[in-house]
Amino acid sequence: MDLYEYQAKELFAAHGVPVLPGKTVDNADAAAEAAAEIGKAVVVKAQVKTGGRGKAGGVKLAETAEEAKEKAAAILGMDIKGHTVHRVLVTEASDIAEEYYFSFLLDRANRSFLAMCSAEGGMEIEQLAVERPEALARIPIDAITGADRAKADEIVAAAKIPAAVADQVAEVIVKLWETFVGEDATLVEVNPLVRDPQDKVLALDGKVTLDDNADFRHPGHAAFVDQLTENPLEAKAKAKGLNYVKLEGGQVGIIGNGAGLVMSTLDVVAYAGEKHGGVKPANFLDIGGGASAQVMADGLDVILGDPDVKSVFVNVFGGITACDAVATGIVEALKILGDSATKPLVVRLDGNNVAEGRRILDEANHPLVTLVDTMDNAADKAAELAAARA
Amino acid sequence: MSIFLTENSKVIVQGITGSEGTKHTAKMLAAGTNIVGGVNARKAGTTVNIGGKDLTVFGTVEQAMKETGADVSVVFVPPKFAKDAVVEAIDAEIPLLVVITEGIPVHDSAYFWAHACAKGNKTRIIGPNCPGIISPGKSNAGIIPADITGPGKIGLVSKSGTLTYQMMYELREIGFSTAIGIGGDPIIGTTHIDALEAFEADPETAAIVMIGEIGGDAEERAAAFIKEHVTKPVVGYVAGFTAPEGKTMGHAGAIVSGSAGTAQAKKEALEAAGVKVGKTPSETAELMKQIIAGL
Repeated sequence: MDLYEYQAKELFAAHGVPVLPGKTVDNADAAAEAAAEIGKAVVVKAQVKTGGRGKAGGVKLAETAEEAKEKAAAILGMDIKGHTVHRVLVTEASDIAEEYYFSFLLDRANRSFLAMCSAEGGMEIEQLAVERPEALARIPIDAITGADRAKADEIVAAAKIPAAVADQVAEVIVKLWETFVGEDATLVEVNPLVRDPQDKVLALDGKVTLDDNADFRHPGHAAFVDQLTENPLEAKAKAKGLNYVKLEGGQVGIIGNGAGLVMSTLDVVAYAGEKHGGVKPANFLDIGGGASAQVMADGLDVILGDPDVKSVFVNVFGGITACDAVATGIVEALKILGDSATKPLVVRLDGNNVAEGRRILDEANHPLVTLVDTMDNAADKAAELAAARA
Repeated sequence: MSIFLTENSKVIVQGITGSEGTKHTAKMLAAGTNIVGGVNARKAGTTVNIGGKDLTVFGTVEQAMKETGADVSVVFVPPKFAKDAVVEAIDAEIPLLVVITEGIPVHDSAYFWAHACAKGNKTRIIGPNCPGIISPGKSNAGIIPADITGPGKIGLVSKSGTLTYQMMYELREIGFSTAIGIGGDPIIGTTHIDALEAFEADPETAAIVMIGEIGGDAEERAAAFIKEHVTKPVVGYVAGFTAPEGKTMGHAGAIVSGSAGTAQAKKEALEAAGVKVGKTPSETAELMKQIIAGL
């Protein structure tokens, strides 16, 4: 899960990383109040989970509370790269002498972690990484020994952080490592990490990605889930424990077992769609190993509730899951859903107990269900049906 | 021959008394796997009867190895306890460790990988979050259905479980030397490259299928390896051409960020290395059939 800047900074503060005080609000009047409370010049910052907010006009300086209200009113509701701004962070404005860059992240290639640090932080960091890679220090971090003070000093030296603040930056790095490990993050990024004219070091912005697999260790992380911007279909699926992702602009609902097979199904449907007026997959839904009738009903319920969906493709390879259980699941699901199920279902079953699975569907002879032999032909049929109903 | 897992492999199951462990131990036994015991510290000294066979539950991996000569362990331990189970197996220096468990925090995987390295890499880790490894007709360590196909001359390595099954099914008339699911997590033990290297050296493997998916750059690195070191024909498939950027789809590893990691980039890298890449699983299988027919 990606966090908003204000959430990342909450975690930073909890781990002793220096951040400026601020308040997150969802309306312009509250922004004025927050600015008045701070009592000096503030920055009003759009809270969206994407980069380039500054360039898009989502970050504005305000000298007074009245000005903070105006700026907040302008930023709230703004669209930044497809993300609607629902909240702004009102935070103390800082004078900046220098901007640095710092991050801890997962290094897949080395199956470990990596620290990246530069004395030249700010908006153009990605360009810097390409044009002058020597200006961005990359230091591998051992997952067992971690980033202790000695490692932090090594990073600071490699990044050529000025001597006057080297100690402070190293201290911040150790605290960011504690955040990274303590919160089970896969990314902790500070850009910019600033030095103010008084030589004080501050995390002015923050990006944190948390590992959902570690939620069992962090009951508090549930509070970071944003009900406001979460897609309602995704929220419904999540509540039912389904692994579902809504895809914009699609017409064919997809249900399958196993992430790889479902991704492959999306591709095959998209290719088939090219012959049927460009219809596309409408979602990713992996029902996993245990495809019980209830899981199938839950999955179908979510997908049939998507107004974009015109047809549904159920693509199952019975490995551990038996095809007869899946077939029973489909038949039972259609009973549970009753009249609310109105869209055609194309089903392809192969693997474990396939003959019995197909027999169950044949026998049920449900008017909405078409059984097709192969994945390619089933994708074609589902695309054709979606195109006909679009 | 086959790779990593043979008819001589002696297998133990960590988490044998759990529901998944018990269920799949029965399936592995039915597939002919030589299962010699299980591990659960809280039930040490007891015996479980699975599939008509009495299996001793040992307190530790070390003890199980000493008593039975086991050289493979399959891990079904829940995510919360998986790190300790894996570390224990590494400390016991078991030669092959297959971690089926899904949902292990990546910090835990990073930890046990670093631990394995610190111990001199005496344990080959497959997974986590993988379906395991099967050498059809010989042994099956994990959850890959053993009845899809039999022994043959194709080697298969894949990030995805069900795509492995799909591909084995499409190529069931030819059969496989070994099929290995390496898992889709961001940090895994055995990589595409490790499997490719072993298949290249295996006299029973005539051609290789490599299945990848979006996220990371493992396929690109595998492509570079193939160009330099693999003389056997390789057919590739990559899932996720139509996946939108920035969305995670099930596997923690399947995240696209920027241009690197896209299916298109992986396909191009593989093709540049001389790998024939199919657009769909069926097309990929077709390419393999042509190669086998021409051998």
